[in-house]
Amino acid sequence: MTASNSIKKATNLSFGIDTFGDLPTSDDGALFSHAAAIRQVVDEAVLADTLGIDIIGVGEHHRSDFSISSPETVLAGIATRTKNIKLASAVTVLSSDDPVRVFERFATVDALSNGRAQVILGRGSFTESFPLFGYDLRDYEVLFEEKVGLFAKLLDENPVSWKGTTRAELKDADVFPKTESGRLDVAVGVGGSPESVIRAARYGFPLVLAIIGGAPDRFAPYVELYRHAAEDMGTEAHPIGMHSPGLVAETDEEAKRLAWPAFKTSWDRIGRTRGWPPYTKEQFNYEIEHGSLYVGSPETVAKKIAHAMEALDVTRFDMVYGQGPQKASVRLKSIELYAKEVIPRVKELLSKSK
Amino acid sequence: MNIHSIGILGAGKVGIVLAQLARHAGYEVYIAGSTDPKKIALTTKILAPGAHAVSKEEAALKGDIVILAIPLSKYASLPKAELAGKLVIDAMNYWDEVDGPRSDTVPELESSSEFIQAFLDQSRVVKALSHMSYHELHDMASPAVNPDRKAIAIAGADPKDLALVELFVNSIGFDTLPLGDLAKGIVLEPGHKGFGASLTKRDLEKALKD
Repeated sequence: MTASNSIKKATNLSFGIDTFGDLPTSDDGALFSHAAAIRQVVDEAVLADTLGIDIIGVGEHHRSDFSISSPETVLAGIATRTKNIKLASAVTVLSSDDPVRVFERFATVDALSNGRAQVILGRGSFTESFPLFGYDLRDYEVLFEEKVGLFAKLLDENPVSWKGTTRAELKDADVFPKTESGRLDVAVGVGGSPESVIRAARYGFPLVLAIIGGAPDRFAPYVELYRHAAEDMGTEAHPIGMHSPGLVAETDEEAKRLAWPAFKTSWDRIGRTRGWPPYTKEQFNYEIEHGSLYVGSPETVAKKIAHAMEALDVTRFDMVYGQGPQKASVRLKSIELYAKEVIPRVKELLSKSK
Repeated sequence: MNIHSIGILGAGKVGIVLAQLARHAGYEVYIAGSTDPKKIALTTKILAPGAHAVSKEEAALKGDIVILAIPLSKYASLPKAELAGKLVIDAMNYWDEVDGPRSDTVPELESSSEFIQAFLDQSRVVKALSHMSYHELHDMASPAVNPDRKAIAIAGADPKDLALVELFVNSIGFDTLPLGDLAKGIVLEPGHKGFGASLTKRDLEKALKD
């Protein structure tokens, strides 16, 4: 049994915050503009950097309730105002993008940030980018497979020759800027498709599990699958990360009171387009108690994170913050408590259980 | 007829969870992806230990009941000949995130399971295990003694087939709520009352009536 091996060996656990750039509200309830919401994320990243959070990840969406459609541009803004924090996409929808462009943009962020860029490739759970950029969702598999193959070649930073069906052929194409480290940091975000786990292992990419509902323990076999697949294919099995939504406040009650209306608004807005029934308080409470909502006081959230990291043997945890129309002040407070109280407590809990 | 073996067509999120539940309940499980069984061998070994990774034709032939868990828009790839005469559980939904617009495949006003029954005209199709999310199927399966046990709604016309599907669904951890013939199953599709429901039998009945 491999459980807890990585955690036990790990000298470096890392903790991040992720956002899709949801539009926050001011304390009097007024919704931010898209532009103000983007500046808010930059300010939050600066705070996170000051407080020693390891990573900020920003997602890519193309719909009115989220402000970030161009993660690298936001990361570039963050890059010039921060010192240490790693700048990740969460996730880059490679299938509806051009791998050459993705490389160029992230290599640029890497330059601006002195080597702090990280590309997380994935499908994401939204699909608006497909019609927007002229792709057919039904080609998803071939799009992802071909583009991840090309992207993997580009990562070597040598001239690339490539031929496929989803973009123009490349003949000895040399792509710039080169990175100073010689290689961009790349991971794959996976939501529960076994095929995607195996693909990550095949390319030797680290894995980040997006666990947005249900008991986190359910993903333990996926961790095992990744490690076995890497072994079978002779690639390196990297440390694994996870990403789940949450909100930290002074007390459990306050956290629930603040999280509920914003989560419900966000969930129901998405649900309407997908045919889900309205989000219920019962589901919300179940997810907090047994599932994948890290909502509560610092102590409650720390215990839940420590349990999940240990159960899944992961060394990175990213909390998705600020879902729905949440007050900017609540988002900032949540980040502050996460940095100052949750993260140290998780480290303490995990070192005790060794 | 006794049910000993379950065929599962589709080795994605739903197919894998159903394989886990069926293995847990003691069935022989034959699971197939869209192509070469070798491609899902490792996934099956680790995520659903004891299940056999096979071709779709073999899964269809070997299952006493065969569950459909592929993207609905790929229905034409179902092994129609091998499914002839079989009791088939349609656990699929038209999901525009994967399948594109529903009207591209399924006629307006027709339930997707009637559409599948018309395609598999030699098989006996029952709709079940389609309205609960795959992670809830995994988390909520529980023994019959659980007073808060969740229920799965079932649509199909033949009483014998319904009884077999109820028996199976019960054995993997859920109460059952028969709704009537396949057409009635439309209430379980995305955008309808029953979709996404993870409720006890009494609450599910109420939710579908309201």
